[in-house]
Amino acid sequence: MSAILDIRTVVKRFGGLIATDHLSLDVQPGELHALIGPNGAGKTTIINQLMGEIIPDSGEIIFGGQTMAGLKPAARVRKGLGRTFQITQLLPDYTALAHVALAVQAHAGHSFHFFGAARADRRLTEPAMALLERTGLAPRAGVKAASLSHGERKQLELAIALAGKPKLLLLDEPMAGLGQVETAQMVDLLNGLKGQIAMLLVEHDMDAVFALADRISVLVYGRCIASGSAAEIQANPDVKTAYLGEGDA
Amino acid sequence: MERGNRSAALAIALALCVLAALPFAAAALGNPAMTTLATRILIYAIAAASLNLVLGYGGLVSFGHAAFFGIGGYTVGILFHHQRFNETLFGLMLGTDQFLITLPAAILVSGLFAAVIGALALRTAGVQFIMITLAFAQMLFFLFVALKRYGGDDGLIIRRRNSLLDFNMRDDTTFYFVTLVFVVLFFALIWRIVNSRFGLVLGGIRQSERRMAAIGISTYRYKLAAFIISGMGAGLAGALWANYARFVSPDMMHWTKSGELMVMVILGGAGTLLGPLFGSAALILLETVLAAYTERWQVFLGPILIVIILFFRGGLAGLVDLVRKRP
Repeated sequence: MSAILDIRTVVKRFGGLIATDHLSLDVQPGELHALIGPNGAGKTTIINQLMGEIIPDSGEIIFGGQTMAGLKPAARVRKGLGRTFQITQLLPDYTALAHVALAVQAHAGHSFHFFGAARADRRLTEPAMALLERTGLAPRAGVKAASLSHGERKQLELAIALAGKPKLLLLDEPMAGLGQVETAQMVDLLNGLKGQIAMLLVEHDMDAVFALADRISVLVYGRCIASGSAAEIQANPDVKTAYLGEGDA
Repeated sequence: MERGNRSAALAIALALCVLAALPFAAAALGNPAMTTLATRILIYAIAAASLNLVLGYGGLVSFGHAAFFGIGGYTVGILFHHQRFNETLFGLMLGTDQFLITLPAAILVSGLFAAVIGALALRTAGVQFIMITLAFAQMLFFLFVALKRYGGDDGLIIRRRNSLLDFNMRDDTTFYFVTLVFVVLFFALIWRIVNSRFGLVLGGIRQSERRMAAIGISTYRYKLAAFIISGMGAGLAGALWANYARFVSPDMMHWTKSGELMVMVILGGAGTLLGPLFGSAALILLETVLAAYTERWQVFLGPILIVIILFFRGGLAGLVDLVRKRP
């Protein structure tokens, strides 16, 4: 009823391939809803449709009670969507601090300020530094994105998304490529956000998913074949054959 | 970082001293042509710095920037023409030869053209953007070729430079210093802009528009604003050129002129403050030196440019950095 995100029978075809097949899905306020499924199940396609980078062929996406149709990605972000990318999309010449400061700036109104020195503006750098501390990146604040490690880039993606004070976070494989220690850090970080921000988490790391998710939906060939708690999903025979690989296949 | 700032400030102070002393050195050496050569370098430095704002900082490869250079020049030329023949312009106003009017007028008119061209061209990106800016510039080029009232392809002669207060603008040294003042003001403006919130957004757009959208920034309006500022800067350079050369012609808008500006930016170091000044100086000096030896000077210019661009990826500004960073 009062879902923060409501995906209603969304369809997306790429030529003969159906990437999203009459998918309906919701995220409740404060809920962490995990989306799992084998490669090519259409998980990132859904995130891109939620962001407005890809336009669905039919169906509707309701966010915070409003339809998202016709809104460009930047406008959706300003309405309270935040996302992290599976393949990090950062600004290689900018420091970690500059990324987050830029995100703070983006949510502080327009950027038609031509004169003040932005990099020394405390109204931007102080909240940005606080976010870097929260995500564990503070010691690396002055390092350019190009020189950050893979794990640090993932953390930075999250810090940038949080700077927008999002109502809903779309996390596209935040643990992908992380080592054990880094994964544990990321799980801790997301655990700390749970309850405050609703999250849609796409992830392959099952331990992380089972540790974090309030609800799990399984996507196969663009369709949702099961949805429920971690225990329900683990017990579901369809999921076992299709995904967890514990069936005869 | 502080040391970097200090040596950058030192480099700028040094450059200013050299530029301020140049006409006196030229007089002492009995070589007044040095002053006019330097004036040309400075005017093109403004045009290249304008292009650098969009190309170097914003990553928008405009291949039609000579159009704004030409529009700025023609604004000065046409206003002078109407003043001289005492004709009204659009039945509204007389022309003028007052520098303090023609210059802002040139900046404004080229800004308007940039607003229209930018609004349309920025709906595209990449190669399409390059082609559309080129196409608009060529359209303006042919428009002025066809505009017989203002000289067509013969261009428009401006019999004397605009007057500015009590300065003797006919004197090349005076005009050099007037140009130098505009160069300093313009580069200071660019410096402020690229370090502002707006500049931070512009640099972000160069690196990843997708990231900027995910941050919540609609990039179009910022690209357009940068394009307009850039067009205005090129217009300023065009207006100075019209006064310097006392002549404007459609050649100011030709695509090879856009190419020259681009070469200056890349040669000098795209996305650096002083790169366009280095690039302008290098290209004009090379041209002058090589042309003294042979008519086919471009044959030699080409390979020199290739070597610099291949081996010093940051352009001449990058070369300066390399030298500076030696322990």
